[in-house]
Amino acid sequence: MAVLEKTELVLNAAGRMVPEIANGRAQGPYLGVGKYQPRGNKAAPPIRTAADYPENGDKRVADLEIALRKCGLRDGMVISSHHHLRDGDRVSLMALAAAARIGVKDLMWFPSASFPSQQSAIELMASGVIDHIEGSMNGPLGDYCTQGRMRGMGVLRSHGGRWQAIQDGEVHIDITVIAAPTADPFGNCDGSHGKSACGSLGFALADSMYADHVIAVTDNLVPFPCIPWQIQGNNVDYVVEVDSIGDPAKIVSGTTQITRSPDRLRIAEFVALFLRDAGIMRNGFSFQAGAGGIALAFVSCLKQMMKEAGVKARFVRGGSTKYLVELLEEGLTDYILDGQTFDLSGVQSIATNPRHVATSPFTSYSYHGKGNFASMVDAVVLGATEVDANFNANVVTHSDGRLLHGIGGWQNCLAARCTILAVPSFRDRIPVIVDQVTTLCGPGELIDVVVTERGIAINPHRQDLMDAVKGSKLPIRPLQEIKAEVERICGGKPQRPRGGDRPVAIVKWVDGTVLDSVWQVA
Amino acid sequence: MSVEIETQAKCAGEAGHSGPEIRSDVYVRIEPSERGGIAIELESRVKPYYGESIRRQAEDVFEALGVKHAHVAIRDEGALPFVIAARIEAAARRAELSQGTRVLPARLVLPEPSPRDRMRRSRLYVPGSEPKYFINAGLHGADGIILDLEDSVHPNEKDAARVLVRNALRAVDFLQCERMVRINQLPLGFEDLEEIVPESPDLILIPKVESPSQVLKAGRKIAEIKANYGMTRPIWLMPIIESALGIEKAYEIATASEEIAALAIGLEDYTADLGVVKTATGAESLYARQRIVNAAHAAGVQAIDSVFGDVGDMDALRAWALNSRAMGFEGMGCVHPAQIAVIHQAFAPTPAEIEKTQKIVAAYHEALQEGRGVVSLGSKMIDPPVVQRALKLMARARAMGLAETTVE
Repeated sequence: MAVLEKTELVLNAAGRMVPEIANGRAQGPYLGVGKYQPRGNKAAPPIRTAADYPENGDKRVADLEIALRKCGLRDGMVISSHHHLRDGDRVSLMALAAAARIGVKDLMWFPSASFPSQQSAIELMASGVIDHIEGSMNGPLGDYCTQGRMRGMGVLRSHGGRWQAIQDGEVHIDITVIAAPTADPFGNCDGSHGKSACGSLGFALADSMYADHVIAVTDNLVPFPCIPWQIQGNNVDYVVEVDSIGDPAKIVSGTTQITRSPDRLRIAEFVALFLRDAGIMRNGFSFQAGAGGIALAFVSCLKQMMKEAGVKARFVRGGSTKYLVELLEEGLTDYILDGQTFDLSGVQSIATNPRHVATSPFTSYSYHGKGNFASMVDAVVLGATEVDANFNANVVTHSDGRLLHGIGGWQNCLAARCTILAVPSFRDRIPVIVDQVTTLCGPGELIDVVVTERGIAINPHRQDLMDAVKGSKLPIRPLQEIKAEVERICGGKPQRPRGGDRPVAIVKWVDGTVLDSVWQVA
Repeated sequence: MSVEIETQAKCAGEAGHSGPEIRSDVYVRIEPSERGGIAIELESRVKPYYGESIRRQAEDVFEALGVKHAHVAIRDEGALPFVIAARIEAAARRAELSQGTRVLPARLVLPEPSPRDRMRRSRLYVPGSEPKYFINAGLHGADGIILDLEDSVHPNEKDAARVLVRNALRAVDFLQCERMVRINQLPLGFEDLEEIVPESPDLILIPKVESPSQVLKAGRKIAEIKANYGMTRPIWLMPIIESALGIEKAYEIATASEEIAALAIGLEDYTADLGVVKTATGAESLYARQRIVNAAHAAGVQAIDSVFGDVGDMDALRAWALNSRAMGFEGMGCVHPAQIAVIHQAFAPTPAEIEKTQKIVAAYHEALQEGRGVVSLGSKMIDPPVVQRALKLMARARAMGLAETTVE
């Protein structure tokens, strides 16, 4: 059992105190952007032989418990799962509950992200079935971690960082359980069809390639071949059929509504105007925006401007939504390169339109590869919980130190040619622009523009962007000035909440080094 | 304000709102006590950040109010300091602890006084009891912000809303917007004026006006308060006509006071008065609106159209606003910031209009330089009213950023 170690803290290159050891593994402190040089070879699963698998290709077993036993589940193993079914996922908890029935202890659960509906994992941690979680935690799971109640240390990674950790052998997955909206008895899996369709299955790809054992769980078994096979059956040990892998209503949303908040609409419009006036919006450009209220409104504004200017994108990066699908269908982009699929339009599109392409964290985001797509994107629009006057940003914790969000692809996206944070300048009297971020997730040198409802701040190191928008009507202001205005409105700087002195989680940078610690809160 | 408060000497007073759906407001309950000082029980969404600051502020407000002993419950949903002060003051008044004492937040530097004929294309209504809308109201580019004390405020909330609006006039930067307040009908409106006028709003909207005397009474009250405070800055009036009788008296109303800058029509109440349905084309109010335009122009004040209530239908809003401008109105009301840009676009002169107008203005200047009294364009003579209209339109076009400022 990995009891939270007494570990030495070291100061990393970002000036943050980080532990040298986490969950029994030595950790390298962050050295700076692009400074860490990896060595050695990638990890690899054991060699298997077809002689050990059925010739007729039928790998079905009766239930998940049998599959886990056949995979040799025992104490202390790492079990992974993916989050393409989002808050509707039933498979992760099904697998962990089966492990509990088998009677094993001290597992490490390694999801690509966790969701509020999975909060019963807390009971499994309390009973010792799960020792700790490496993956995003928020809501009740986040509180459990930041209150210091989880035995092991939380490890927060970006989507690309998770691929990097698996590939580099930092995390060895013993068993992965892949929820498959469609699968065949051989184990080929597809996410874009079936009653629980979720679109892409990219977050499960590394797990399927690097785990010792792979179990596919489906509620839509089709005869071989399952086309397309986003996950190859050649990597799969067992296939389990269940009634339901998830709640379709929570897997994808219906039509997502654009925000009607005038302040958020204003931020979205500023972002779109910035891309236009800075000349980033031009023929053949590319962009990425998430599925939050501001991001959707931004896409809608930008679309109008693209039409007016007769401009077409070469590709846009998903999370896909109806709004990106409309761009594709109206010929305003050649491709959607999609990491995850947020709504029904997205799922239908990825299943039918060959220009709507599923990607994986390896192609999109992994820093330990021969390049990745993220750095080729012209502009990315991201959120943040806090940003400081040097453009350093936080996306995982509240200003009170509680875990609020996962990193997702956020850190990876910072590699884009123009990284824009679209944030309100304060939320409920709490300033978003702060003296020092509670948790550092993104180094300021990679964040180019902060757009708020009170103005647009350009990072001084991007003189080119300053020059590009000179003469435009945009409200370009120093970040310090917006910060001072907000502090005046809010009645002074906020108190700094008392932070604990015990790290309960670490935030990894995209290269596997430790960028910051999350501290226990009272 | 309940009957209880008037009959019981020492009763609790409460003001403001809290709850999971409430943002940027605070609920305050004050129970007077005989001893023990000020005992504050604080819950706040922002407690880790501003808990101490809220406590300090509350203590300061009680000291300023002269309240020595009370049990105070504060449930805060991230209210800004000017809101917290207003809610405490309103609760204290309701507990009969501080009649007459005002605790005023620091005042921002007042903007330049508003010219009588300034551009009033759009005026954004902000409910006077909803502080969450106050702080960013000025960001959306409206020509005016109306802090409303009338129809959007529940009758039981009038006293608290006027304290809140008063504080907002001092502490909120409304940027380029003209700072307007819509008061209640008289005599309730007099209480609004007592609280509001000392904070120098640029313009007061008087609702449901049916006779010149209503304007005169409000105007006299304002003059009296201004004199008491030694204020000279203008406070313009915009009577709103909302009934058949008011329409019939439109010209008398528009000429009732020198302070009147504009005459507005309120169609919700007008159509209700007529007992007809308000339609998207407005056929039922055509006469009333034309009457307003004519009366306003005859009186030398601006004619301002009603609000457009359907915030979801921008196409219908655009059609209404274009028609409104064609009829001779100079602006209309907004109930959502998204309507502002559409209205500004509709009230902007078209490029063809600007081009034609520029030619007339150029011909006028040519005639002036050559000492000719008659302005002509090609073979056509231009009448003086046409020249005047052209000069005014060019000034507007420049103010809207549609024409170069150098042409004159």
